[in-house]
Amino acid sequence: MSQRSPSSNDLIRAAFIPLLDCSVLVVAAEKGFAAREGLDLQLTRELSWANVRDRVSIGHFDVAHMLAPLPIASTIGVGHWTVPMVTPLSMGQGGHAFTVSTGLWRGLAAAGAPENGDPVLIGQALRQVIRARERTGQPPLTFGMVFPFSCHNYDLRYWLAASGIHPDRDVRLVVVPPPFTVDSLTAGHIDAFCVGEPWNSLAVAAGVGRIATTKAALWRGGPDKVLGMQAEWAEANPDRLGRLLRALHHAGMWCDDPGNHAELAHLMAGPRFLDCPPEVARRGLSGNLLLGEAQAHAIPDFIMFADRAANFPWTSHALWMFSQMVRWGQVEFTPQTLAAAQSTFRPDLYRAALAGLDVAMPKANAKVEGALAEPTPVASSNGKLMLGPDGFFDGQRFDPDDIERYIASFEIRADGAGGL
Amino acid sequence: MSEKRLSIAIIDENHLRAAILEDGLRASGVETVTVIRERANLLRKLVMIDPDVVIIDLENPSRDELEQMFQVSRVVARPVAMFVDQSDTAMIEAAVDAGVSAYIVDGLKSERVKSIVDMAISRFNAFSRLQTELEAARNELADRKVIERAKSILMTSRQLTEEQAYDLLRKTAMNQSQRLAEIAKSVVIAAGLLK
Repeated sequence: MSQRSPSSNDLIRAAFIPLLDCSVLVVAAEKGFAAREGLDLQLTRELSWANVRDRVSIGHFDVAHMLAPLPIASTIGVGHWTVPMVTPLSMGQGGHAFTVSTGLWRGLAAAGAPENGDPVLIGQALRQVIRARERTGQPPLTFGMVFPFSCHNYDLRYWLAASGIHPDRDVRLVVVPPPFTVDSLTAGHIDAFCVGEPWNSLAVAAGVGRIATTKAALWRGGPDKVLGMQAEWAEANPDRLGRLLRALHHAGMWCDDPGNHAELAHLMAGPRFLDCPPEVARRGLSGNLLLGEAQAHAIPDFIMFADRAANFPWTSHALWMFSQMVRWGQVEFTPQTLAAAQSTFRPDLYRAALAGLDVAMPKANAKVEGALAEPTPVASSNGKLMLGPDGFFDGQRFDPDDIERYIASFEIRADGAGGL
Repeated sequence: MSEKRLSIAIIDENHLRAAILEDGLRASGVETVTVIRERANLLRKLVMIDPDVVIIDLENPSRDELEQMFQVSRVVARPVAMFVDQSDTAMIEAAVDAGVSAYIVDGLKSERVKSIVDMAISRFNAFSRLQTELEAARNELADRKVIERAKSILMTSRQLTEEQAYDLLRKTAMNQSQRLAEIAKSVVIAAGLLK
């Protein structure tokens, strides 16, 4: 391995939002993985997803830690001017959770919500609570999520709708930036939020919230954050991009190793990144979350960075997000928007960059999401790849070849009649 | 939409910068300018104001809350869009460099939008310059104070006149290739140690 001097390293400017799932970028920069690829990976902490998107769009940053649907929205040109973007690597799977105020939790518990994070039963309890509020003329519950184009938005909506709750009619969904989530919950401006770690654990630690359920329980192995960049930059810098992807892959494997979690928690908890107690950062990394005070639960696959192809940019993930954009009225389903969504995720770039390494890569670019009930060996580059279990909590499957029928199968959607 | 009754909301926690922008907008003939300084209930406040244009600083995480207004047409009566048309990337760059962004309701004439965004950019830049100048002035004041202190120390301890004390400081600074204020600071520190 050739170690070049930092001065001769090629600069890559990257933006991130302080969340546990930017660990891979931080580790690549701080633990020498980028330098080993001859890169000077310069990290800038940003304040809003809108800033990240705009500053990547005008070239202030080469790449960024992004909400997985953000590059798709930008390529389609919705909510923003059209800037073709690509995602050649996922920053991992899972990592966020749904936290309710202690007051709402009391209501849910009284309505039969279990303490194990089971989305089906908690969804039923939530429906009862919402109905009771409606009967007694109380205002609708207000839930925070982080951005219109985020998995938090789509996962939360998916879960509410599957529980018979219309996310646009039976509750109010508002955007709350991650650093404000705990304060907003404390002040009573919102009744619950869906956000990445460490904010759920910080709400629990502050005694103001309880983690009701997690992304891993709603859709195990589902996407959350990605590496996003302008398509133009990826096109113009194939060598630099390849080196960056290798650095991020090695960093991701390092992050997945439980033996490194203490060090990683310490690094991420520092003032430049999460600025929180290391033991709180560690909860998300280990998946041993305190759902309530002194109620530890081990959440399988709560967050995965690279192992078991967790950083592979599945086209089927892109298309699932696209299906939800259509379902909730953000995007119209046309051959053009479909093609734009599909072209944003670039497994070909991932394969090209990692080809020389002993990385277990799936042979397929897409899969039927929710089809693996247990760990299953799949066709891969080195014959050593196990995938799953994955799947949606309601047992539904998403076939990326049959998107229109999938969308139409939901009774609750933007133009549908369902709900309470 | 009548231009006379144009309503603009400014979201900025920096009171001085907001005031500078508000001033500029009023001077350019915008009648209704509302400054929102507090983050709480942002969307509700905007719904009540029902502005044609929302201007927000980029250091404000609340920007992501505004983005939702693109999506949730039920929250606001009129659809909101980013301030630019596709072609005008120079304007976007200028705005982002200045640290400001604007959201405009659909249907507002593009020349009117351009003049407002230009105003926001120039006022944000003016504010940055003002900040830099203020900082410089503050430093200068501090420098002058420390030089006065050093002079009086030298006058007392070495029985010099004010002019001689100043000359000594100046010569020493020149010989050491340091700023006068740096040498003065050293004198003050040394005097403190020798007390």
